[in-house]
Amino acid sequence: MTREIAVVAFAQTDHRRSMTELSEVEMLMPVLHQVLDRTGLKTADIDFTCSGSSDYLAGRAFSFTLALDGVGAWPPISESHVEMDGAWALYEAWVKLRTGDADTALVYSYGKSTPGPLRDVLTRQLDPYYVAPLWPDSVSLAALQAQALIDAGETDEPALAAVGARSRGADSEGQGDYVVRPLRRGDCPPVGDGAAAVILAAGERARELCARPAWIRGIDHRIEAHALGVRDLTDSPSARLAAEKAGVFERPVDTAELHAPFSSQEVVLRKALGLDDSVRVNPSGGALAANPVMAAGLVRLGEAAARIHRGESDRALAHATSGPCLQQNLVAVLEGDPR
Amino acid sequence: MSKEPVAVVGVGQTKHVAARRDVSIAGLVREAARRALDDAELDWADIDAVVIGKAPDFFEGVMMPELYLADALGAVGKPMLRVHTAGSVGGSTALVAASLVAARVHGTVLTLAFEKQSESNAMWGLSLPIPFQQPLLAGAGGFFAPHVRAYMRRSGAPDTVGSLVAYKNRRNALKNPYAHLHEHDITLEKVQASPMLWDPIRYSETCPSSDGACAMVLTDRAGAARAPRPPAWMHGGAMRSEPTLFAGKDCVSPQAGKDCAADVYRQAGITDPRREIDAVEMYVPFSWYEPMWLENLGFADEGEGWKLTEAGVTELDGDLPVDMSGGVLSSNPIGASGMIRFAEAALQVRGQAGEHQVDGARRVLGHAYGGGSQFFSMWLVGSEPPG
Repeated sequence: MTREIAVVAFAQTDHRRSMTELSEVEMLMPVLHQVLDRTGLKTADIDFTCSGSSDYLAGRAFSFTLALDGVGAWPPISESHVEMDGAWALYEAWVKLRTGDADTALVYSYGKSTPGPLRDVLTRQLDPYYVAPLWPDSVSLAALQAQALIDAGETDEPALAAVGARSRGADSEGQGDYVVRPLRRGDCPPVGDGAAAVILAAGERARELCARPAWIRGIDHRIEAHALGVRDLTDSPSARLAAEKAGVFERPVDTAELHAPFSSQEVVLRKALGLDDSVRVNPSGGALAANPVMAAGLVRLGEAAARIHRGESDRALAHATSGPCLQQNLVAVLEGDPR
Repeated sequence: MSKEPVAVVGVGQTKHVAARRDVSIAGLVREAARRALDDAELDWADIDAVVIGKAPDFFEGVMMPELYLADALGAVGKPMLRVHTAGSVGGSTALVAASLVAARVHGTVLTLAFEKQSESNAMWGLSLPIPFQQPLLAGAGGFFAPHVRAYMRRSGAPDTVGSLVAYKNRRNALKNPYAHLHEHDITLEKVQASPMLWDPIRYSETCPSSDGACAMVLTDRAGAARAPRPPAWMHGGAMRSEPTLFAGKDCVSPQAGKDCAADVYRQAGITDPRREIDAVEMYVPFSWYEPMWLENLGFADEGEGWKLTEAGVTELDGDLPVDMSGGVLSSNPIGASGMIRFAEAALQVRGQAGEHQVDGARRVLGHAYGGGSQFFSMWLVGSEPPG
């Protein structure tokens, strides 16, 4: 019998275009206080802390070491960090709780995309010998994927526009001009700064801390080849495999929070994850409404959990992605206790 | 539910050198991974997940390089995690991989850490630009030299101790074919005559910049039973962190290091580390950190660590050998340096350490630290299963 582990609290910043006036620690601290307040826990009550961030966004080495000041790591804490989206920090914390070495975990991540030109910065993720020297930016790569989908008859520009409009709701300013054909402004994520945090707890501890814990029934992540030329960009075998391992296909989900920064990527993920129109997709607005890089995946897990906490979902899928054109994908299934 | 015991059944590393211009980053990591698989007599298909670590991405100029390295490490279609906890990362990466086995999430995990320092300049990569830091410090030596000076003043250690550590570790390195520095003509006088870089740290008491990778195959009981060579069993492992700078921080003997060691000893049932642990592979980037960590880790009372070094206790044939591989002082691919320490501990208890083998090593501590002496990771491995 393995331990049951749940997301018991979630908090996030009011994601904004730019938080130039705040350091990363100043941006993060209110979120850490909020998430702790929701459970009544203090830093000293947390058995394990894990974070996710990227030095390349901050423009300095070891940027996460200063964020630790926001946690208040004194007396010393059991702590780790992944140079990945916070969704993978949550995964590491979930593993730690599964070992039985910890009963509670604080997971956080943050990203300030605005200090540098994000489209250029993200090119540094690519093969450093054969691809990065060409500086192919993230929107252009996503546009390749979108065009492949259109060529395969999987979608068209009006359908993509509908994804953008649904995600942004009343805030939608229309599709706008092409950024990189066939993607228009409305198909692309906003660039912004933000942070998110969740608290995990095991077994009875979770029930003490939350009226309706969001139990992690399964969580898995898979990576694909890096070279775009060897991948079928119209599909996501890694997302499908992660979903299968997480148990997504055992029973239908009612809600899905997908980390699809581009409208076209929602099309790929819906197909890979077998989501039909009965599933509420991205009621939060998804990454098309707010995309704090390195935190946007953790936000999906947090948003899905929060809906379960509020009784608005009984079984939700949460997804996070990393790398160009959905190279790496994480899928979790969250459930509330029967009502 | 008890944890699954974790065994090290494969260890592989590259020959650490100043610049591996013959291979790409992918070629470098694959070489170490292949050697670890060969040691375990396994193949890529036997691996369930890959956990990779390295120090700041600026050292190679590749953001989140694990994305590009997925193919080289046979990770396509598998889970791949990337850990980064500053200098302790090599150790932390191994511990994250071990927790996947301990939690029974996976049966067999490949873990790897690397740095290809020749792709950039680590000293300036570490020297943060304004406004993050005042423009006074250049490289890690400038940060740590005052802490060494504080130790000397606090302990009353004679200023000759640092050179003894460097002389010992560089001689140990001559027995390790993978070590970067092989100074066949090393003498104590040469160490003592080397230029002063960051007073009191001399050139010969400083780690080199290296290109290198280290990999291990970790597995469960069933995997260990199939292993062709004796496994190393994990008896305890822990990480601890504290803030970089704060009023009251003990930079000489940080509380996080003490707490981390205490947690490992508790898990392993160690009550007297000096007597119960046979050897220590610790992270000593500047010679003086040997006596400092001997105290921090509980092998000597406060102020007494330098006496062990001076008496030859930490020599390869001493009562408590330290840095049998030659240590960080002889090879420093930064992101991999912690994992090399953990791997050396495993090699020792497996009896696979070759010329730098400590006879009868049954329990060995691997140690790593990073940041401003604020991130610690350690594991204790043994020749027998935990129990």
